Amino acid sequence: MSYELSSHVKEEIEHWKARFPEDRQRSAVISALHAVQHENHGYITAEQMNAVAEYLELPTIQVYEVATFYSMFQTKEVGRNEVAICTNVSCMLRGADDIVDHVETRLGVKLGESTADGRIFLKQEEECIAACCGAPAMMVNHKYHENLTKAEVDEILDGLD
Amino acid sequence: MAYEQNLVCFNTFGADESWSMATYEKHDGYKAWRRVLAGELTAEQIIEEVKASGLRGRGGAGFPTGLKWSFMPRNADVQKYLVCNSDESEPGTCHDREVLRYNPHALVEGMAIAAYAMGASVAYNYIRGEFLDEPVPRFEAAVKEAYDAGLLGKNIQGSGIDFDLNTFVGAGAYICGEETALLESLEGKQGRPRFKPPFPANFGLYGKPTTINNTQSLASVPAIIRNGATWFAALGPEGSGGTALFSVSGHVEKPGNYELPMGIPFKDLLDDICGGMLGGRKLKAVIPGGSSCKVLPAEIIMDCTMDYNSLQQAGSSFGTGAVMVMDETTCMVKVLRRISRFYMAESCGQCTPCREGTGWLYRMLNRIVEGKGEEADLEKLVDVANKIEGHTICALGDAAAWPVQSFLNHYYHEFEYMVRNNGRSIVDATEEAAA
Repeated sequence: MSYELSSHVKEEIEHWKARFPEDRQRSAVISALHAVQHENHGYITAEQMNAVAEYLELPTIQVYEVATFYSMFQTKEVGRNEVAICTNVSCMLRGADDIVDHVETRLGVKLGESTADGRIFLKQEEECIAACCGAPAMMVNHKYHENLTKAEVDEILDGLD
Repeated sequence: MAYEQNLVCFNTFGADESWSMATYEKHDGYKAWRRVLAGELTAEQIIEEVKASGLRGRGGAGFPTGLKWSFMPRNADVQKYLVCNSDESEPGTCHDREVLRYNPHALVEGMAIAAYAMGASVAYNYIRGEFLDEPVPRFEAAVKEAYDAGLLGKNIQGSGIDFDLNTFVGAGAYICGEETALLESLEGKQGRPRFKPPFPANFGLYGKPTTINNTQSLASVPAIIRNGATWFAALGPEGSGGTALFSVSGHVEKPGNYELPMGIPFKDLLDDICGGMLGGRKLKAVIPGGSSCKVLPAEIIMDCTMDYNSLQQAGSSFGTGAVMVMDETTCMVKVLRRISRFYMAESCGQCTPCREGTGWLYRMLNRIVEGKGEEADLEKLVDVANKIEGHTICALGDAAAWPVQSFLNHYYHEFEYMVRNNGRSIVDATEEAAA
């Protein structure tokens, strides 16, 4: 099955490509995958990777290996809202494990799983997001939330479409 | 003792729209770059000034910045690159995010000056992907403001100087903070560190001479040029010029990012700046420079000053200035398990000792916490750590080994207690005994 990149994604790719020297379009792979994943509500399919490779005139493997290496790319279908709770040391010292337990119980899913209605993807154990002085912290659709309490977490999760 | 804060990288903090060009210029921003454009400073003078300032790489390694710059073949007739490492991912570290969000022009100006000094006409700022919502747009807006003001571009203000500054956004990988992995990532590949030599100054981005500096290092440059090397060097003790951005996290009353002179006594950082220990509890241990640094027990860190020499003499290192504070209720076994999980997850996998060893470390620690550990595991932990250390292409392997060695060195009894008591933490036992 082939996939056609949207005109918006193509524009995004061109915007990034312009920053690199001639024939260095490979440097735009990461940005291209960000754009595709964003449009596809949080994950990238193999067909989409093929389309990126074709558009950038690269071997498909060069796109696959990037899509599978970086933790921000999801290559399996996930819920449309990404919730990533930092559990690294600074957050752990400030109660991140309790926040994770609370969210797992409330959503009825474990880390790495999505809710059955496809609303929330609770990302696999998240590494340090550089919000250590606002621990515990999490990212929801890339937006940072710091100094979390369980009540605030509930409010944020309830507000997701 | 009162300490003057926000002298260098955070010097616009507290002002309205601290990130705007107008605010930055009110704080003498772009004065140094304008002097360069006016032909008042040569590349040699800039490099000598940065050398004399004592500025050392703030990304963790502490290599002298001016010396690094001098390795570039700046007169060679090839494209040269400057790359800023804003892939801030060392656990505990979150101050470069503040520079990007609240004083991005200091970085723009610092990059312009650095690039000129090294003969680089193109630069990239590699920002970690997780920053795409707020720090990235802030930085890009600052770059646009600088272009609009005619401070970047081709033949800037008729000076004959070309400088183009681009943002690059990563996608989540701690290893990309290693400078050659970062270059691989910038080329659109997996972030796997390169074997060295050749070093980036000879064979860097796209095979061209390249220098990679950390965000804080580059954002410190305008103040050094503006106020002079002597001023900067005198802010800190011998061997540690300038200020540092401390990210203090964990069990303190007021966690935060603080810009303070190098060499502040830890005790003052804790009590005067951070309001003391959370809830008045007792200090147990501190990881002084991000999770790759060796842990120091309270009795050692309380006598340290926060600079390169003091922390090294104490058996740890300054690292990124990420100070992780742990109180008496902290189970050191569980902290080490969490740290080890991080290095296992973030190993790029190309060197066998690191790829396999980090997994061994984590699995053994997990087994101990689950109550299935054996006393032989404690020796094996150190043995595996020693076999990783020094046997890998990049420093991630060392960074995985050091916490294990230091936690077992200082807190062996906690590991031993847990193994002998089926996974029960000595901390829980102590609390119950006290109750």
